[in-house]
Amino acid sequence: MRAMLAILEQRNGTLRKGSAELLAAARRLADQAGTTVDALVCAAGEVAGVDALGAAGADRVLVATATDFSVYCPDGIVATVAAMAPGYRAVLVAATATGKDLAPRLAARLGGSCGMDVTAVDVDGANIRAVRPVYAGKAIQTVTLSGMVVLAVRPGAYAGITAGKAGSRERANVPTYFKRLTVTGIRAPDKASVDVAEARVIVAGGRGLGDPKHFALLEALAEAFGGDAAVGASRAVVDAGWIEHGAQVGQTGKTVAPELYIAVGVSGAIQHLAGMRTSKVIVAINRDKDAPIFKVADYGIVGDLFEVLPALTAAVRAAKAP
Amino acid sequence: MKIAVCLRRVPDTTSKIVIGAGGTAIDEAGLKFVPNPYDEYALEAAIALKDTVAGGETTVIAFGGDSVQETLRTALAMGIDRAIQLQGTPSADGLANAHVLADQLKDGGFDLVLFGKLAVDDYGQQTGAMVAELLGLPCATAITSLEIAAGKATVAREVEGGVEHAGCALPAVFTCDKGLNTPRLPSLKGIMAAKKKPFDIVPVTTPSGKVQIVSLALPPERAAGRIVGEGAAAVPVLLQLLTTEAKVL
Repeated sequence: MRAMLAILEQRNGTLRKGSAELLAAARRLADQAGTTVDALVCAAGEVAGVDALGAAGADRVLVATATDFSVYCPDGIVATVAAMAPGYRAVLVAATATGKDLAPRLAARLGGSCGMDVTAVDVDGANIRAVRPVYAGKAIQTVTLSGMVVLAVRPGAYAGITAGKAGSRERANVPTYFKRLTVTGIRAPDKASVDVAEARVIVAGGRGLGDPKHFALLEALAEAFGGDAAVGASRAVVDAGWIEHGAQVGQTGKTVAPELYIAVGVSGAIQHLAGMRTSKVIVAINRDKDAPIFKVADYGIVGDLFEVLPALTAAVRAAKAP
Repeated sequence: MKIAVCLRRVPDTTSKIVIGAGGTAIDEAGLKFVPNPYDEYALEAAIALKDTVAGGETTVIAFGGDSVQETLRTALAMGIDRAIQLQGTPSADGLANAHVLADQLKDGGFDLVLFGKLAVDDYGQQTGAMVAELLGLPCATAITSLEIAAGKATVAREVEGGVEHAGCALPAVFTCDKGLNTPRLPSLKGIMAAKKKPFDIVPVTTPSGKVQIVSLALPPERAAGRIVGEGAAAVPVLLQLLTTEAKVL
C-alpha cells in the first residue's frame, strides 16, 4: 500500500507552525488506508524540530537539502517530489500562501488531482474524499479525488497528535532541475504585527469606526490580548484605504477561524460573514441593534464603540495581568 | 508585449447562495454574475502594461458556455483588445480546465499570462499555477506587485508574516491578488468600442477529470447568540462570559 507524503514548510531553519496539524491529517489518511506517513522537509541546512516529527505522526522523515531551499524554491521542491511521487498515494501540504502555491504545481506535474483548502479528508475506497468550503464558506463542497491526490489542508482543520514513535530519518535526493522562479527573500512588515490568518484573536473594524485613526483603538485591544492577536477589517474600510488589504476578512479577503473574533463597527455584510463565520467565538460591538453581525455573534454589545472599546481593553488588560 | 488574461464569470460576492435541485451546484436563478473580482486585477495589470510598451496586444480568454460572452465583453469594455471564448463545459477538476487553457495559450506567443489568484465561486486556486506547469513557464501566485523591465519580471506576494519577493524571465504566468492595482471601470466609450473588437469562439473538448463533486450543502447555522447588554456597562458581563462560558481568555 502506497504511503502518504506530508511536505512540511520551514523558514530560516525552523519548521512552520502547522506542521504537526498537517501530519495529523496525513496520519488519519494513512491509518484509514493501512499505510505509513512520510514527512518531507526541504531545507538548506539543519532544521530545528525535525526529530520531533516521529512523535507527531511521521513514520519516516525525509530531509532534502539544497542551497536553493534557504528560501521557497517551487521548481526545486516540485522536482524533488516528482522524483519520489510514484511511491505515494497522496501528497499533503498546508494551505498556507506557500502550500497553496505548491499544490497545483505538484498536481499538474504528477498528472493528479488537487483538493485545495480542504477542511476534512477521508479515504474512500480507491479515492480520497475531501470537504472544502466554497463561495468563501457560504457553501460546503464534498469531492472525491482520484489518481495521485494533492491536498492543501487548511491550517487548524486537524489538531496535532502525539504518536509516541521515534520516526526514522533519511536523506531525500534532490534531482537536477531548472530554476524558473527565483525567490529573493521575505521582507517582514515595517511594524511587528500578527497576520490575521494566523491569529488566535482577531479584532476587526468596519465603517463604524468613522475614521482610519480610530484603528488605534482596535490595536490597543489586540495588544491587550497579548502576542497572538491581530487587527482585521471589513472590505468597506480596506477599499476606502483606511488599512492595508492584508487585513481584509471576507470573500475577497482572508477566510479566518480564530478562537475569538471581535467585530467592532462591522455591520456584517454577507461577504464579510462568509470569511469569519467559522470562528469559535464571535463578539459583536455595534451601535445598531439590528445589524446583521448580531445574527452570527455569540455575544453582542449594543453601544457606542468609543465607550465600549476602551472599557473592554482595560478589562482584558486587567484579566491578562499576572 | 503580448499579454493574455484568463477570466472567470462568478456570482457577485453580495449574493446569497442557494443550493440547486441536484445538490451538487448552486441555484443560479436570480443571481447577478460579474467578472471574478481577482481577475479584474489581472485585466487592469494587462491594460496598464500594454500602454507602457509600443505594439502590445492584450487578449482575454474565458472557458465556458455562452454566458461567459457577457463577461468577456466587460473585459473588452475595460480596454482589452480581443476576446476568445473557449466554448465548452468546464470540469470540476482544475487540471482538466488547465489543459484546455494551456492548449489555447501554448502557440499564442504570449509574454505574460495573467490570472486572478482564485475564483470566488469554487475557490479552486489552482488553474494558473497548473497552466504554468503544463507550459513549462515560471510562475508566481497571488502577486501584489509586478514590474517588467528588460524581459524580466519582479513580483511580490504576501506570505504569512511578510512579503516574499521573486523574479523570473518572461514569458511567465502570474496570478493576481488584491493590492496589485485598482481596476478601472468600463467607460461608455469603452463599451461602444468593445462591440467592434475581435471576438473568437473556439469549441473545445474537456478532458476527463479526476475530481467529482459529491455534494454541495449550506454550512451549519451558528447557534443563536445573545445581546449581553448596552454600552460600557456590559463589558464586565462580556468578560465574565468569555472567561467562564466561552473559555477563550
